[in-house]
Amino acid sequence: MSMAAPSESSNAGLGLQQRRPHALGERFISILLMTAAALSVVTTFAIVLSLAGDTVAFFREVSVIEYLTGTLWTPLFSNPRFGIWPLITATFMTSAIAMLVAVPFGLAIAVYLSEFASLRARSLIKPLLEVLAGIPTVVYGYFALTAVTPFLRGFIPEIKSFNSLSAGLVMGVMIIPIVASLTEDAFNAVPRGLREGAYGLGAMRHEVALRVVFPAALSGVAAALLLALSRAVGETMIVALAAGQNPTFTLDPLVPVSTMTAYIVQVSLGDTPYGSIGYKTIFAVGATLFIITFAINFGSTLIVRRFRERYD
Amino acid sequence: MPVLINVTQKERETEPISEEMGVVDRANVVLETQRLSVFYGNFKAIHDVNLSFQKNKITALIGPSGCGKSTLLRALNRMNELVPSARAEGAVLYRGHNLYAPNVDPVEVRRRIGMVFQKPNPFPKSIYENIAFGLRINGWKGSKAEMDDIVERSLRRAALWDEVKDKLKQLGTSLSGGQQQRLCIARAIAVEPEVILMDEPCSALDPIATLKIEELMIELVKQYTIIIVTHNMQQAARVSDYTAMMMMRPDRSGEVIEFDTTETIFTKPKDKRTEDYVSGRFG
Repeated sequence: MSMAAPSESSNAGLGLQQRRPHALGERFISILLMTAAALSVVTTFAIVLSLAGDTVAFFREVSVIEYLTGTLWTPLFSNPRFGIWPLITATFMTSAIAMLVAVPFGLAIAVYLSEFASLRARSLIKPLLEVLAGIPTVVYGYFALTAVTPFLRGFIPEIKSFNSLSAGLVMGVMIIPIVASLTEDAFNAVPRGLREGAYGLGAMRHEVALRVVFPAALSGVAAALLLALSRAVGETMIVALAAGQNPTFTLDPLVPVSTMTAYIVQVSLGDTPYGSIGYKTIFAVGATLFIITFAINFGSTLIVRRFRERYD
Repeated sequence: MPVLINVTQKERETEPISEEMGVVDRANVVLETQRLSVFYGNFKAIHDVNLSFQKNKITALIGPSGCGKSTLLRALNRMNELVPSARAEGAVLYRGHNLYAPNVDPVEVRRRIGMVFQKPNPFPKSIYENIAFGLRINGWKGSKAEMDDIVERSLRRAALWDEVKDKLKQLGTSLSGGQQQRLCIARAIAVEPEVILMDEPCSALDPIATLKIEELMIELVKQYTIIIVTHNMQQAARVSDYTAMMMMRPDRSGEVIEFDTTETIFTKPKDKRTEDYVSGRFG
């Protein structure tokens, strides 16, 4: 074999030639995977499209101004009003109460699991959280309605049978596992070296957790909280069962309200005729909900991207 | 290099049974290990290590990969305890006090015996806050001006002040690798430890940054006692006063096979394995 004139077969000895006809199989797998990925994108667009059609139809009949500024929501009455605010305040209130429960507990659990817990304690608590995450939301809903509300009545006699307090509290318990596990992932992503650096200076566990790990994981924590929030905003069963279906423009957590999701359920289950204005409202509300959760998720992506590389 | 034997110390009960007898000046020993063994679960990582570390000297721990150099170093300030399955047997005496005694707080130990790591690990905080961190967590109470003073002094001692004095508010992580490592050294000396442990502090740095750190070590050892783990033979020869050579035993635990002045280790070692290793025949 001459160096100056490498022949076609000069690499034969190195085993560089193709040994099996793998090109076809590789192509097939790649196409299969791409189809799966494309499917989720297509689904998203299909949802947007299906929402858009009837939403546009809705706004042909109802003014956008009334929809966005009105505080009365009575689309099925003989004198219908289409102000979205009662649904938004209800959604906001139940979500806020849920976050008030889930954020402190979820963060505390995450800090404990990642910085304090022994392997034994971890192996006990992690499966328990998974059980909590696996409970169907309808069970949570009836739990709120039939156990938590009567319990709360012991302290707050004026509380109504349907109220956002009870629904919010139970929804908070439901999203604790989401906050805890996503935040713990963020803590675990903080390099070991940072912890060692702090321990090497004589830091105690809680100082390492709160002054080094937590700030370093802040972007991940913020993203986790926003994802949990969008889960709370979109949650349906618990609020439909326990918070009521009574669109009231209020921030009183003790009276029946109707969240956006609860309203959609209510109309979908009723006998609202296809194509009527009542039917179209659920698309307008659905689109509003979609935009809100999309904005929250988008915000969490931005936060992660902006701060991701800080400790590398 | 003065080589003294302190005869009166020979009768002490706590006297190490070690290869280093007659090599170190017993009156100036800051830290010593006695039959120190470290285990990870059932695995013994280092076996019966007896070593003495001299005040204001640099002691290098050398040896092939996996021989337990880092484990030994981390046992000296009880950093090993952060690994859940780790435990130690024997003793580490710091000025005569056993650091592994039940009433000793590992947090106090690590404050007096600081550490610089293989990969520079500044906190994602400002340069200023990186230095201030150690003081703040140790309950430091003083004015802003005093803190400014300590930050400047620490950065000066770490030969970093001139490069960062105009950007103390910038993130420590925005510096170059070599600067980050000097920031970590400044952070360690800000809390005024007596001993600084360095775990391959230059292995992630380029030759010029490495040289800077080495010069810094030679400067720092006037005030501190330094123990360094290194894979770099030239580095051990250039900077250290004493060298401990470690090897893996057949049961895979590490032991010290020879300890002497660096000059002796590199010019006329007693053990054939040391000679082979420092002359680059293996490892």
